[in-house]
Amino acid sequence: MSETKMIATRDAYGKVLAEIGRENPDVVVLDADLAVSTKTSVFAKEFPDRFFDLGVAEQDMIGTAAGLAAAGKIVFASTFAVFGSGRAWDQVRVSVAYTRLSVKIVVTHAGITTGEDGASHQANEDIAIMRALPNMTVVVPADAVETEKTIRAAVKYYGPMYVRLSRPKTPVLHPADYDFQIGKGEVMRPGSDLTIIACGTMVAPALEAAAALGQEGLKARVVNLHTIKPLDKELIVRCAGETGAIVTAEEHSIIGGLGGAVAEVVAENAPVPLIRVGLKDVFGESGKPEELLVKYGLTAREIGAAARAALERKK
Amino acid sequence: MTSQSKAKELEAMAVKLRRHVIEMTCAAASGHPGGSLSAADIITVLYFFQLRYDAKNPAWPERDRFVMSKGHAAPILYAALAEAGFFPVSQLKTLRQTGSSLQGHVDMLSLPGIEMSTGSLGQGLSAANGMALANRLDKRESRVYCLLGDGECQEGQVWEAAMTAAHYKLDNLTAIVDHNKFQIDGPVERIKNLAPFPDKWRAFGWNVLACDGHKVPAIIEALGKAVKARGKPTVIIAETVKGKGVSFMEAKPLDYHGKAPTADEEKLALGELCRRGEKSS
Ligand SMILES: Cc1ncc(C[n+]2csc(CCOP(=O)(O)OP(=O)(O)O)c2C)c(N)n1
Repeated sequence: MSETKMIATRDAYGKVLAEIGRENPDVVVLDADLAVSTKTSVFAKEFPDRFFDLGVAEQDMIGTAAGLAAAGKIVFASTFAVFGSGRAWDQVRVSVAYTRLSVKIVVTHAGITTGEDGASHQANEDIAIMRALPNMTVVVPADAVETEKTIRAAVKYYGPMYVRLSRPKTPVLHPADYDFQIGKGEVMRPGSDLTIIACGTMVAPALEAAAALGQEGLKARVVNLHTIKPLDKELIVRCAGETGAIVTAEEHSIIGGLGGAVAEVVAENAPVPLIRVGLKDVFGESGKPEELLVKYGLTAREIGAAARAALERKK
Repeated sequence: MTSQSKAKELEAMAVKLRRHVIEMTCAAASGHPGGSLSAADIITVLYFFQLRYDAKNPAWPERDRFVMSKGHAAPILYAALAEAGFFPVSQLKTLRQTGSSLQGHVDMLSLPGIEMSTGSLGQGLSAANGMALANRLDKRESRVYCLLGDGECQEGQVWEAAMTAAHYKLDNLTAIVDHNKFQIDGPVERIKNLAPFPDKWRAFGWNVLACDGHKVPAIIEALGKAVKARGKPTVIIAETVKGKGVSFMEAKPLDYHGKAPTADEEKLALGELCRRGEKSS
């Protein structure tokens, strides 16, 4: 097996942003004093005239983004996930979602792998509060390639969008020619015994868990559900029908995120045993990302255990 | 200088818009007359003197843009847009009805001529900044105007935006504060004092002007000065009276912030405005 490349999704964001900046003069980028961390600094360096740092003022950044978009610009606004979602939620709600303007809120440092900065900086609720907004599209790319595809798709897609990226380097799971479509989940591994539906950083552990289950003779299907909204209901219902059990995995609270969204569809359309892997309604803490993932149960092992428990209930 | 006849014409229009506000809110049995009436003369001068727009082509890229940050004053904006020809005046009476385009707070997607949706106070100036930045990027001469309430200026985001406009030297932006001195819970001065208000804006890097917000020539003069200012955004602090033009509302500004006139009160108000209209024409 060739060695897997490790790239942080935020690094992929910085790179593709500069590329689309070259291709499209209407692309404008905003940040709120975190440009070096979110990687919008790459764009800022090349296009200083189309980059605006609003300082530590996320609400103002989102409002400014709305104004630029209302005047015809394609706006990318970046900060950490906690601030881009929670701190500016009402601004996102009224100035961006209600107006259906083309503002792309691309946040980094989502979830517990933000690590050492601790609970105040670990967004584990953002998918829930963003997907509750009408008109909002929510995408959680699984790797660098999917991030690039998402950002390119965002330029062509008119309307508000929330894209959730991560801090640490994560494995590249997709080939460069991967066919990505907003709103269409991807079956990454076939299987008929149950389906593991994951997003973002939990897609790689989901694949790992499925491989381990395979050793035990259990055929786990793995779905990368990168778009949380609009949700690929058809695929979820099909997986429930064909495999009869579902495990969801996300680096987010089990309340209201991917697991919540999938559970809503399954409960209404195709009730089957379902177990959500994610943060169990708790705040995180400081620590090394890999250690925190273990401590809070966000590992391939944990997904495997949930899969076995779900299969048990299916009987 | 504006001719006397132009000023008279605008004053008559302001009376007309005030009448619409009374009729609309009375028909809706809800809405915000007080803060609509205090802004009536400012809105009149903006829409019938200052702003460049084409009601038949609301998306004209070279237009000036107006952001109503105090989104609850929707009735006065709707009245102006209707009289300016963006939509039929007959639509005004549908304010706040189920299925109407005239939402309780301004919504840019439901009516032509509205540049930004507001209603959650404190957000409009940031959006106006974004529009001013876009004008600069696209080398357009167009200007951006933003109307704020004085109570609204207690919102932190207003001051974030104030810093942004000054930092980026947005001299293509004019903010106007409808300084009517009342908010919902009482006088602004007592709820949370803004003073020294002009000094605050100055300290934030703005060119600060003051005017009588009910004197058409004074509003025109201030807006003209703002256009000529260079290197800084301008704020015009317009001294106004909440409920202006309707004596019983002026007398009880707290009662008519978010309460519509009854049918009897409507008659009274329209009668007063009628007499005022005769004087000004
Ligand atoms: C963020 C937010 N908080 C509260 C309100 C409720 N509200 C509507 S109007 C108003 C008072 C506004 O006072 P001011 O800005 O002085 O308005 P004016 O007197 O000009 O009508 C409040 C608190 C709101 N619309 N938005």
